[in-house]
Amino acid sequence: MPSGEPAVEVDGLVKRFGDVEAVRGIEFTVRPGEIFGFLGPNGAGKSTTINMLCTLLRPSGGIARVAGHDVVTERDKVRRNIGLVFQDPTLDGYLTGEQNLRFHAELYGVPRTAARERMRQVLEMVGLWDRRGDLARTFSGGMKRRLEIARGLLHSPRVLFLDEPTVGLDPQTRASIWDYIRRLRDTEQITIFLTTHYMEEAEYCDRIAIMDAGRIVALDTPARLKAGVGKDRVRISTDDDAAAIAALRERFGVEATTSEGAVTFAVAAGEAFVPKLFEDLGVPIRSVSVSRPSLDDVFMSFTGKTIRDAEASGNGFMRMVARGRL
Amino acid sequence: MDTTDATGIAAAQVVRVSVPERSMRHDLRAVKIVLHRELIRFWRDRMRMVANLVQPVLWLLVMGTGLSNLMAAGQGPAGDVDLRTFIFPGVCAMSVMFTALFSAGSIVWDREFGFLREMLVAPVGRAAIVVGKCLGGAAVATGQGVVILALAGLAGVPYDPVLLVELLALMFLTAFTLTAFGVVLAARITNMQSFFGIMQLGIMPMMFLSGALYPLNGLPAWLSVLTRFNPVTYVVDPLRQAVFSHLDVSPELQRAFNPGVTWNGWQVPVWLEVVLVAVIGVVMLAGAIVQFRRSD
Repeated sequence: MPSGEPAVEVDGLVKRFGDVEAVRGIEFTVRPGEIFGFLGPNGAGKSTTINMLCTLLRPSGGIARVAGHDVVTERDKVRRNIGLVFQDPTLDGYLTGEQNLRFHAELYGVPRTAARERMRQVLEMVGLWDRRGDLARTFSGGMKRRLEIARGLLHSPRVLFLDEPTVGLDPQTRASIWDYIRRLRDTEQITIFLTTHYMEEAEYCDRIAIMDAGRIVALDTPARLKAGVGKDRVRISTDDDAAAIAALRERFGVEATTSEGAVTFAVAAGEAFVPKLFEDLGVPIRSVSVSRPSLDDVFMSFTGKTIRDAEASGNGFMRMVARGRL
Repeated sequence: MDTTDATGIAAAQVVRVSVPERSMRHDLRAVKIVLHRELIRFWRDRMRMVANLVQPVLWLLVMGTGLSNLMAAGQGPAGDVDLRTFIFPGVCAMSVMFTALFSAGSIVWDREFGFLREMLVAPVGRAAIVVGKCLGGAAVATGQGVVILALAGLAGVPYDPVLLVELLALMFLTAFTLTAFGVVLAARITNMQSFFGIMQLGIMPMMFLSGALYPLNGLPAWLSVLTRFNPVTYVVDPLRQAVFSHLDVSPELQRAFNPGVTWNGWQVPVWLEVVLVAVIGVVMLAGAIVQFRRSD
């Protein structure tokens, strides 16, 4: 890929399902060789966006180009240049791992001799070469995901799309999937576009776009997003939370909330704030913790809620609409 | 070559493959692999092969034998035509129909389990995927037909190679048309339960109105009209004509058991029936392709 040409270029992209606007005019550019993450709660429009970029959904408005090709008018060119790992498994469990890959190679018209070598390589990369003859249905969740990653890479795509690549996997497997993803970029010189609703995973991305209710509310490197928040998060547990919150408002001018059994608030230079807190709060404090801003805080500062709250408030309907279409 | 990572693959050694531009050859490869997958799956699922055999065997051996007794006891022109011989072509059609429609149902399965997306996001024509599916369904159903043909002896149908080839060819055509029909249905349905529900709803009337189990002459007008509008009628009749042309029976019995299909008194020739089934198949196939293109 010429180094100047963006891997993904999106401008004014909109997707409507009936009256529901799942994606409300977003724009962003992904540079070649980047690991670009879409972060947001379920129902934010991440999967809808990825489906449009992968030519599986037709945009209601706006322009999207992937690997230099328009996703509406040059679908086949886009399809040849992308690899895809879906949120839900798309393997045929009644075929072996190798047969799943062969199906893919034939469908993509990969020359046979090259395909054989390539198949071995991608299977070795995800550590499944020894299991290639087993039926995919006998694989564990993590193995299935790895097999899908191998398949997505089989035809040497320029952009690999991963829709929630680690959802539903245990922490250890998640870590190993991330190992593969990061190694990929180095070995394959590929652009990786992924969606996630795990904050800690977004940290691995070069840049992330935070999506909420169909809009991109922030886009930058994780470090800069966190620096932008500028405040540390302080959690205290007290004998009387209500009194503590009132005291914080009156004496310090700080808005605090209770979350998970502790009073939580954000202040600049949190460590320096703690001694003042003990002096002036007037409510007995049992414990204190101060943490640097996390992506959670970033999310909160842009959307006014935590990602968990955003999910609990349930945009499940949009998600169902978005998925029911396929 | 110094960038070897934990997997032992040096970055410089990465095998790069290239995906060619769309071409006829590429689409043919896609058709072949979609077809191949159907065969692999059918072969893996041998239970299904056995299960699909149960119904025709029941019809042939149990119903056929039971009703034969009834006919022999009555004054019917049973003569030396076994009722089992009569319904054998019907049973062939029935079993091909079941298998073909179930194969088409695998599209619903593919959608439910996500595999359809893997196919739809590939840089191949939608037509290649649909044609592959239909040929796959036809091949699988014909394979099932071979198993049924093995039972020919039990029904008093001779193992004449010419007859067997004729029957297989007819079954393949039937299976193709029915798979295409099933794919048209499956294109709109998103879960297996509804698909099977609709299948059940459709299969029985199609079967009972087809002449698979009784001759189509001398029927009351309403029934006669319904059978003439049922495509399966034109599937069963050529099969029966083929079987009876290899039997040694009196013209009288031929008339009774193998009256053929008439339109308003005009005897419909077998070639026209075959053409009719083929045309329906092509129309269904086109319809299926259009549906998959539209959702693209």
